Amino acid sequence: MLTKSKLYLLLVLALSVAGLSLTRAHASAPVLANEVVIENFSYKPTTLTVAAGTTVTWVNHDDEPHTVTETNKRFNSKALDNGDRFSKDFTQPGTYNYYCALHPKMTGQVIVK
Amino acid sequence: MSDKDENNQMERRNFLKCMAWAGAGVVWMMNGGVLSSLPLVSAAKRKSGFSFVQISDSHIGFNKEPNHDVTKTLQEAVDKINALDDQPAFVIHTGDITQLALPEQFDTAAQVLKTVKANQVYYVPGEHDVFTDDGSLYLERFGRGTLGKGWQSFDYEGVHFIGLINVLNLKQGSGTGLGGTGFGQLGPEQLTWLEKDVKALSSSTPVVVFAHIPLWTIYPEWGWGTDDSAQALSYLKRFGSVTVLNGHIHQVMQKVEGNITFHTAFSTAFPQPAPGTAPAPGPIKDVPAEKLRGLLGLTDVSYVRNGRSLALVDSTLK
Repeated sequence: MLTKSKLYLLLVLALSVAGLSLTRAHASAPVLANEVVIENFSYKPTTLTVAAGTTVTWVNHDDEPHTVTETNKRFNSKALDNGDRFSKDFTQPGTYNYYCALHPKMTGQVIVK
Repeated sequence: MSDKDENNQMERRNFLKCMAWAGAGVVWMMNGGVLSSLPLVSAAKRKSGFSFVQISDSHIGFNKEPNHDVTKTLQEAVDKINALDDQPAFVIHTGDITQLALPEQFDTAAQVLKTVKANQVYYVPGEHDVFTDDGSLYLERFGRGTLGKGWQSFDYEGVHFIGLINVLNLKQGSGTGLGGTGFGQLGPEQLTWLEKDVKALSSSTPVVVFAHIPLWTIYPEWGWGTDDSAQALSYLKRFGSVTVLNGHIHQVMQKVEGNITFHTAFSTAFPQPAPGTAPAPGPIKDVPAEKLRGLLGLTDVSYVRNGRSLALVDSTLK
């Protein structure tokens, strides 16, 4: 017999597996993901569109350190080493342009709707 | 001397072989107001004038492929300098002393650089030294006695040296449509100072400028240039001999434009790819340990005469 808590556990597992495969399938698509991968000196996706209230997370896959520095310094990460993450809650709609303070050629933006 | 062009070419190639190691530095010889470069091993042959050494991009704290011990390679560079029969008057470090501008990284760098026998080491910061705090820790540790945000000038035996800072307040590139180059920049305050600094000098004064990011546009796609360098160079055009020494790109490149010779130095830490030969300008990682030092020497550079003296000219980049 499955108890209620076991059912719940299964449901959570099933959802997270679905979530994982969803993330994988859309990892490189610049639509409504909430993670930005830093790779080869670029932010992927370069433009990320999210709903207000979303937490966006950046993860650095380069060996070189990078930062996530908003153009008007509204937010700024520390230097992200390989594997480091930086998260930011976006509550206000608007366009947030950012770049890497070490490699300012690297640019990205978050559009909050 | 002019009948020995071919021999010189050969010597220069050998010179590059000599420099084919990670901790390499360049000795700049000042003879009759014109700079020429010689390998460290040949410095003893100098007869008159004086010499100084440029090192760059030691990135203390970097600990990944292809170099897990950048402190050691910096120390090797210093040892090499200290072993010169004819000691340089001073050493110039053209920035990226550290990897992440951390206090312990500045400490380690200071400890190694303290072992330089020459009386003085002059510094300018790289973006790695200032990006966390707009350079305040750098200024405290390495910028004592400088002006403004760390720029400086000094005279040595009739040569005017100028250290410029082009790694502060870096503006983002144009990737997301906002405009901008992602280049280094000197800024109006420093440019005003520079104009005044050189105003009283006679045009026959040899001038040496050192700064981290190249003051000539090497590869805009990677941000290898300085936004307002043309303004700075306009103040220097009247001088008969101007030499611009930069780091940042971890490889040797030269260019001569009128009376201005541009030169970029090797890193003491790791090589970076030639412009456009890799997806990004990060370290060249796949270097076997025993080949690390050798790889840096593979930059293909040739030398031509400028009429009065040997000058370095970049002619190799693809």
